[in-house]
Amino acid sequence: MISKEEINHIAKLSKIKLNEKEIEDFSKEFTETLEYLEIIKEVDLEGVEPTYFINTNKNPLREDIVEESLPLEEVIKNAPDEKYGYFKLPNVMD
Amino acid sequence: MKNLDITKLTAREMREKLLSKEISSREIVSQHLDLIEKKEKDINAFISINKEEALIEGDKIDKKIKNGEKIGPLAGIPIGIKDNIITKNIKTTCGSKMLENFIPPYDATVIEKIKAADGIIIGKNNMDEFAMGSTTENSFFGPTRNPIDLERVPGGSSGGSAAGVGAYEMALALGSDTGGSIRQPASFCGLVGIRPTYGLVSRYGLVALANSLDQIGVIARNVEDATLLLETIIGHDKKDSTSIYMKNKDLLEKLNDNIKGIKIAIPKEFSNVEMDNGIEDIIKNSIKIFEKLGANIEEVSMPHFKYSLATYNILSNAEASSSLSRFDGIRYGYRTKEHSTLDELYMNTRGEAFGKEVKRRILEGTYYLNRNNREKYYNRALKLRTLIIEDFEKVYGKYDIILSPVSPVLPFKMGEDKNYLTNIFTVPVSLAGLPALSIPAGYVEGLPVGIQLIGDKFEELKLLNVALAFERDLALGGEADEI
Repeated sequence: MISKEEINHIAKLSKIKLNEKEIEDFSKEFTETLEYLEIIKEVDLEGVEPTYFINTNKNPLREDIVEESLPLEEVIKNAPDEKYGYFKLPNVMD
Repeated sequence: MKNLDITKLTAREMREKLLSKEISSREIVSQHLDLIEKKEKDINAFISINKEEALIEGDKIDKKIKNGEKIGPLAGIPIGIKDNIITKNIKTTCGSKMLENFIPPYDATVIEKIKAADGIIIGKNNMDEFAMGSTTENSFFGPTRNPIDLERVPGGSSGGSAAGVGAYEMALALGSDTGGSIRQPASFCGLVGIRPTYGLVSRYGLVALANSLDQIGVIARNVEDATLLLETIIGHDKKDSTSIYMKNKDLLEKLNDNIKGIKIAIPKEFSNVEMDNGIEDIIKNSIKIFEKLGANIEEVSMPHFKYSLATYNILSNAEASSSLSRFDGIRYGYRTKEHSTLDELYMNTRGEAFGKEVKRRILEGTYYLNRNNREKYYNRALKLRTLIIEDFEKVYGKYDIILSPVSPVLPFKMGEDKNYLTNIFTVPVSLAGLPALSIPAGYVEGLPVGIQLIGDKFEELKLLNVALAFERDLALGGEADEI
């Protein structure tokens, strides 16, 4: 059983504000999901290597050549708030 | 050619008639735009329609033809793009309030390739928010409906791409497939949908759901059309280090329907899955057709199949929780009005602009990655993934193709919650990074049913050949009993 407190804790870690209804629903749904996931406990995974990446190609290296990038006004045009070409935020320090 | 309904042509026929000057590129585009206008109130396959720009691009191609210039392989063909693929100057929303007004300043690599091949971007297709879902009901812009039966879902998450191609609103479409999001809607709408080998197509400009699982692929009304678009978008891209150089790119030229001696495997574990009535008969009939075409079919075992959904749930949500952390309300996208601190800005922005399914998955993923749970869930799933891959590798040591249903359920009514079940046969393929396609194999109660053909890594050509042979036989009558 995943409690509402635990859901609240995970929501904080995920930086998502939830309403009461969501907290209640997720608490129920999480519990169901975790019950289903019990199935993975029955497999003996001793000595099995984890797969992080499925292909065998390695990170390709290239020369570090300067290329043209997007102009500042293009980059900033989707920002919800900006000033002097910077992203504008509320005060981070009190 | 006043009476010709261009929208009913295949993409390759459009190209032929364009080259022989029977039709103009402008006519192709405007007939499709007219049809879109007529059908969209019912289907809702599009979030944005690229009307003016598509007409301008159409005229450019006509001019090229008039001047005797060479035209690209996709010249004049209207192509729908799933709205999680970045398009320069065309709104790209991912079906989310978070990106409701996001206009990208650059193109995804696949879009650059389509443009270089003279393809026409006709619009952006509806989808489940951030590709999370299998019905396309889960979009901020309202649900998409299945053109075969408007009461039913088109599948998802690439439901707009599939419904649009199915409704003849465009000839071809790009979708993305993380756990089945191309193959399942293609099956639900009676179309061909291809998920290529992981790495074959650049993901640069695809808004990530789960980086180790996502692939861009194609949806079309037949195998050759699908191949035409697929071969245009493949290739290594320096902007995606997971993309791969492929030597044999000329798939369309090499495509052939001789599949004598091909070895097809059917995992016996697949028959343990509960399925809607009629789907098993479709599989049996398909087996008869493949036998008639000269294929050898045998049963194999994939003992870790039953752990696929659990493994997928853990890995895809873990990756999604990380991928979607970029939506912070600072650099682009939605920002809440209710905030006095930075933390409130993050929490309220994400709380207000993400839909419920997105929140649920981010939370689940965060839970699996949390230091107390990581060993129990995430690390175990990574190891299970290895075992699932090894199951496939053993089969491909002896066989060419694996055959399965695409979905154990028929296209269902809107509002019926069958999300979880529908991906049981598509998810293992994604975990192993293999190429797979959905191809129409018949109807049950008037609803289309697709079969899934799965190939070994980078064996796209073999996979397409088998699909082509099957498609041609079905079109010739197809019922194995009739032989």
